[in-house]
Amino acid sequence: MAQIQPLLLNMFEQGFLFAFLGLGVLITFRFFRFPDLTAEGSYPLGGAVAAALLVEGSDPFLASFAAAGAGALAGTVTALIHTKLRINNIIAGIIAMTALYSVNLRVMGKANVPLLNTPTVFSETVDGMNRLGFGLHDNVYTTIPIAFVLLVCAGLALIWFFATDLGLAVRATGQNETMIASLGVDTDRTKIVGLALSNAFIAFSGALVAQNHGFADIGMGIGILVTGAAAVLIGEAIFGDRTVAWWVLAAICGTVIYRLLVALALRVGLQPVDLRLVTAVLLLLALTVPRWRVRVPK
Amino acid sequence: MTPLLALAGVTKRFHAGTPSEAVALRDINLTLAVGDFVTVIGSNGAGKSTLLKTIAGMIPPDAGTISFEGRDITRMPVYRRAATIGRIAQDPGDSTCAAMTIEENLAMAERRGTRRGLRRAVTQAARARFVVALAPIGLGLESRLGVRVAALSGGQRQALALLMATLAGARLLLLDEHLAALDPRTADIVMDLTARVIAERQLTTLMVTHKMQDAIRFGNRLIMMHAGAIILDVRDAAKASLTVEALVARFHEIGSDMTEDRVLLAT
Repeated sequence: MAQIQPLLLNMFEQGFLFAFLGLGVLITFRFFRFPDLTAEGSYPLGGAVAAALLVEGSDPFLASFAAAGAGALAGTVTALIHTKLRINNIIAGIIAMTALYSVNLRVMGKANVPLLNTPTVFSETVDGMNRLGFGLHDNVYTTIPIAFVLLVCAGLALIWFFATDLGLAVRATGQNETMIASLGVDTDRTKIVGLALSNAFIAFSGALVAQNHGFADIGMGIGILVTGAAAVLIGEAIFGDRTVAWWVLAAICGTVIYRLLVALALRVGLQPVDLRLVTAVLLLLALTVPRWRVRVPK
Repeated sequence: MTPLLALAGVTKRFHAGTPSEAVALRDINLTLAVGDFVTVIGSNGAGKSTLLKTIAGMIPPDAGTISFEGRDITRMPVYRRAATIGRIAQDPGDSTCAAMTIEENLAMAERRGTRRGLRRAVTQAARARFVVALAPIGLGLESRLGVRVAALSGGQRQALALLMATLAGARLLLLDEHLAALDPRTADIVMDLTARVIAERQLTTLMVTHKMQDAIRFGNRLIMMHAGAIILDVRDAAKASLTVEALVARFHEIGSDMTEDRVLLAT
């Protein structure tokens, strides 16, 4: 038990924080059906904006939502490059990702900003609760429920959005662009909305992770798209392909399971340097395992 | 009276300036009065599909103008034309969204021509409207609103596409061989449904078909295309007296290599 408890705590803590990334990647990777590399820049952008504002003494919630706004802006830029300049969506993402590296360095002023002495959304919430008479501490036991509540709100917001007129149009843009244009939808606009929303979630994830880990780093986004895609695919392999609510749940659970598998890999003796290899293998498994399942007659 | 649709000197070349240059539309002049139901026939590569796509805004013409109710729409993007122009393609996968449910597809179609905001798309009131709209089709779709379109047959999908194209706002209906991918029996059912919807909603229609009988039987006007040009345009009484044999003879007359064309196979 002494072995399992820290493993599970780590799984839920990191899983819930990274699940915002999973939700963001879900929008582009599954609904728009392309790997949006903007994520590699918007995730550290979220961390950078939050860190820069926190160091300036900003409110942690304000800093986190500003990070999400910056992510939305990054997604908008990618969508504009793709739609107005007619650049392939993957190339547009690579261009935005490349530009964001410099932007992130400018925002942070250096490659790494420590956040050890600044308040975070977690410490702020704990302080707020304590003022109401609770005797809580800012640790993993409070981070998990705080992240969970934020995640539930985000998930419900996504489910609500994708049931609105605009949300349906955004989904259909990724599925059948010709058809939704022939129903009178400006697909440039829906692509902007989709990519902005996706990268807002991804940047918000970056902001939360930076606050949880105690620093924002220029390299924190490297390989993050694959992490998000692996989470989405693991969720899909387990939950299958059904409604939007189901997809959202699958992305969240997929991220948590991904974090568990990573923690297990470290537990069995693999080193942090091996993690990318683990991620690649997990991604490959998530892609191939559902194919075996299909052979089972329903 | 202003015609609903008018094409003047519309020309389109593909691969212009290369050895594979092909003239898809050659100086097309075509006027559709309100209520016209025009069937379009012609060999493969005659330009029928290009004509419809140009009207829909999917293909920009190299020259000429297109006007809708007297307003120049030549440079208007697809999504803005879609406010008044409905279109169904040949492939059942093209005109509906497979990954979404019947009610979601209808909800998207119902908002044709309006800016989409953050209102709930599928409400109980909308479901009630969809049931009323689907029931007359007679395919039982009204009891399967929450089913994904991917689960429907080709015929069901084209019937749904027809409803989506005509549910709201569309004044002009473009049918680009919308029955070609269906088996003969289903094609007949969807064609009858098409004729009924067009009559009920008094839609002006351009219907490309490779079935000569359908081209003759339906509509008040028939045009034949060949090598990017309209080579025959008959209406009313003259159209009513057309026979499949006369049309085939006409095809031979223009000297095109029709022998292996599906036009003949379909007679």
